[in-house]
Order: sequence, then C-alpha cells, then structure tokens
Amino acid sequence: MDSLKRTPLYDIHKKYGAKMIDFAGFEMPVQYESILKEHEAVRKNAGLFDVSHMGEIIVEGRDSEKFINYMVTNDITKIGANQAMYSPMCYSNGTTVDDLLVYKFSYEKYMLVVNASNIDKDYKWLWENKNDFDVEIKDESGEISELALQGPKSQEILEKITNYDLDSLKYYHFDYMDLDGINCLVSRSGYTGEDGFEIFLKNEYVALMWEKILSVGENLGIKPAGLGARDTLRFEAGLPLYGNELSDDITPLEAGLGSFVKLDKLFLGKEALLNQKEEGLKRKIVGFEMADNAIPRHGYDVYAEGEKIGYVTTGYLSPTLKKNIGMALINSQFATIGNEINIIIRNKPYKAFVASKNFYKKNYKK
Amino acid sequence: MKILEGLYYSKNHEWVKVEGDKAYVGITDFAQHSLGDIVYAELPEIDTVLNAGDTLGTVESVKAASDVYCPISGKIVEVNQAVADDPSLLNSDPYENWMICIEINDKGELDQLMSPEEYSDFCN
Repeated sequence: MDSLKRTPLYDIHKKYGAKMIDFAGFEMPVQYESILKEHEAVRKNAGLFDVSHMGEIIVEGRDSEKFINYMVTNDITKIGANQAMYSPMCYSNGTTVDDLLVYKFSYEKYMLVVNASNIDKDYKWLWENKNDFDVEIKDESGEISELALQGPKSQEILEKITNYDLDSLKYYHFDYMDLDGINCLVSRSGYTGEDGFEIFLKNEYVALMWEKILSVGENLGIKPAGLGARDTLRFEAGLPLYGNELSDDITPLEAGLGSFVKLDKLFLGKEALLNQKEEGLKRKIVGFEMADNAIPRHGYDVYAEGEKIGYVTTGYLSPTLKKNIGMALINSQFATIGNEINIIIRNKPYKAFVASKNFYKKNYKK
Repeated sequence: MKILEGLYYSKNHEWVKVEGDKAYVGITDFAQHSLGDIVYAELPEIDTVLNAGDTLGTVESVKAASDVYCPISGKIVEVNQAVADDPSLLNSDPYENWMICIEINDKGELDQLMSPEEYSDFCN
C-alpha cells in the first residue's frame, strides 16, 4: 500500500488498532475493534469517523451561484448563507458525475464536498464547464481535514468543548465555531441516519481534535468508527453511495433521487433527465429483504421469472435490524414493493421481496 | 495470534485435527481475525464427498463472503450446527468451534499441510 495517500490521522489510526484498507486511493481505517460494535455505538451513543479523504473544492467569484446551479441538479438558490444542500452532479446524458454537498458561504463563495474517489474527475469537470462564468475553482482537499461525529450523543459531546449554542445550529446548517480553542467549520449533517456533526479544520489540528473528542466522549460511549460501519449505517438509512447506487451509468432519477433533481431550472443533464422522466424509467434502485437465509452482496445478479433483471448495488446483514437486506438496480416492471425476486448467491437463486429502501428510520434533529 | 500445537494448517488458513480416521476442520485464529465480525456460515450437507482444495462452505463477515476450502479429501460425516446457528463462535474461539468432520481418504495428504511452526512462519 506504499503508493496510497494517507490522511493526517494515519498514525493515530494505527495507534487505535485500525485495520487499514485501500479506499479510493487512500489508506483508510475500515474498522478498529469491530464493525458491529462501531455501528452500534453510532446508533446508541456516538462514533467518530476520519473522513479527511473527502474532497473540498472551493468555488469563488461573481457567478458562483449561477455556475454551481448550472452544474448540479438541485436548486441551490433555495438556500441561504451558512446552509448546505445535497445534490447530484450529472453529465449531459443524465448519468452521475458525483453526489456532493454544496456549502454556501455567500452568493460568491461556495465549498463543494465531494467523494474521495471523484475529486480529480469533479475538479476537471467543473473546469471543463467553466466557460464564461466568472468563477475561480480551487481544489483545497489537501489542506482540509474532516471529522464526522455521529450519533444521538454527538451534541452532548461537542458541548463539552465549545460555548457555541448547538441547539441553534439546525439540520444542514453550518457555522464557524471554537472547539477546544481551534476554529472549525461545523455542519449539522452526516451520513449515518443519526444526528451529528461534520467538522472541517486545518490538517495541523485534526489529530488534537480527534483525541479531544474521544476523550471527552469516553464516558458517553463514543468509539472511533471506520469506513465499514460508515457503509452499513448509510445503507440502513437508505442513503446512496457513489459507485454503488450512483455512477456514470446510473442517473439520479433511477437512483430514486428525484426530489434532488429540479427540472424547472437549467442544469447540465436536464434535457436527458427530462426525457427519461417523460419516457418512464426503465430501471430503478429498490430495496429488498431476503426471505431465504443468505446475505446479498454488491454485484450479485437479480432474477425474476427466469431472467436477469438487474444487480445488487449494496447488501448486508443489517446490524440494527438483524435482517438480510439490500438495494438493487432492477427493471422497473419488477420494482413494486412486495414483488418476489431472486438473488443469485454462489450460483443458486435465493428468494427475496422488494421493499422500501428506507430500512431504518432516520433520527435527524431538525 | 493463536496457533495450537497438534494441528495441521493449510495455506488458506484452515486447521485440521486428526482423531483416528476422522478429521475436524475449522478456520484459524488468523483467518477469523482477518475476516472481522463473522455473521454467516454456510456448511455442506452430510455425506458430501470433497477433494482436497474443494470449497467446503462459506463464511461471511459484515463486509464480504469468503470461501472455506477443505484441506483433505474425504466424506463429510458431521457438520457443526452450532456454528451455523451462531457464526460469531468462529470469532470467539475458532479452534473449539470446528465446522465439519470428515472421514479421511488418504492420510498421506496430511503431509501437504503445515506444522504449527511452519504456519506461524507463513502468517508472518
């Protein structure tokens, strides 16, 4: 793993006994003690994730709002300063370049938080479409670290190191605040289905912050959590992962993200998505629950009536629900909830039923 | 990492304990540790005849499915239902919780497996 990039917390991950894996070109912790224990800690107490591999692209200049609104499918004119918005970003054929969070500082300054695997591609895509827009685009991923503190006790933990009134920080809002003497950008958002915060800070302070949050949260049951638990948590909450539920082969409409695609405004990919909507979706991401005892996995084939109708995008034994569940991209005609499908596991068909992909009810504090 | 004396070990991280003409087979401590939380174990049917190197079953961690290979040839005479019912037993004590018991065809095949010392070197 010599050629892999490392976050500033690499040595700390080793100290906490992390098992490291290659994730999007970064050497990242997949788990410390146990994925199941880390998953449970986030659902019941809190977990701390190093997500410094995520990318931060700054867009500044007079046309920032117009430019970003042209690049993404959601309507960012609807948010005010100090608010964030989730949005897919599409190619002109409607498939997905990435899904990202747009942080609005002002009409003239935004930060795009993008997936680690897509940083270079997104940056290039933004430049390619810059045209006459009066904007500057800078990739600051290398300078900014990010921690995600997630779980029902997150606020109580953060209150121990800040005087900021966290009750006033609403869902998908962010602000600068002093955490243990360090100036951080803190957003009330996350990727686990729980209340929590995403904390952006300079690389040089992230190790101190990591240790501080774990030490003040110790009595409240916080655990360092790896990418393994991050994946099982987001999956139970029905949240998409680029590379699984979204890709340059899947449109946001097929992924069930229609509410983040505003067809009443101008954006790249609009025409293709409008056509797709008018013609009707040929395939869709659905949730499913296994009836037979077997675990579905990413990439497994899905059959119905003896024919291949799609493939599993994510599957797990859900740590919270203790059920074998998954998401799959399948032909729309089979996408009705309750419909029987078959998942091919080690060359044998296993029975499953289409279900809502919101397996776990989200506990956001709004 | 625990490696017990008196067992044979395979390159795929299975162990074999010989008792007369039979052998018990399970996965090693190294294997369970590499896999992480084991949440599913699929075991073969009794009377299945396997050659050395055939897949005997599958263990699945939270993240992924991994095949378990049979280190020696023979006919399966017993499977450990306790492991199928509670696969986390493979994490808590991988040597106590065998997966299958096989009637050995040819004890000469044991020579192809590793001693505890050789396996220890192999893992390091």
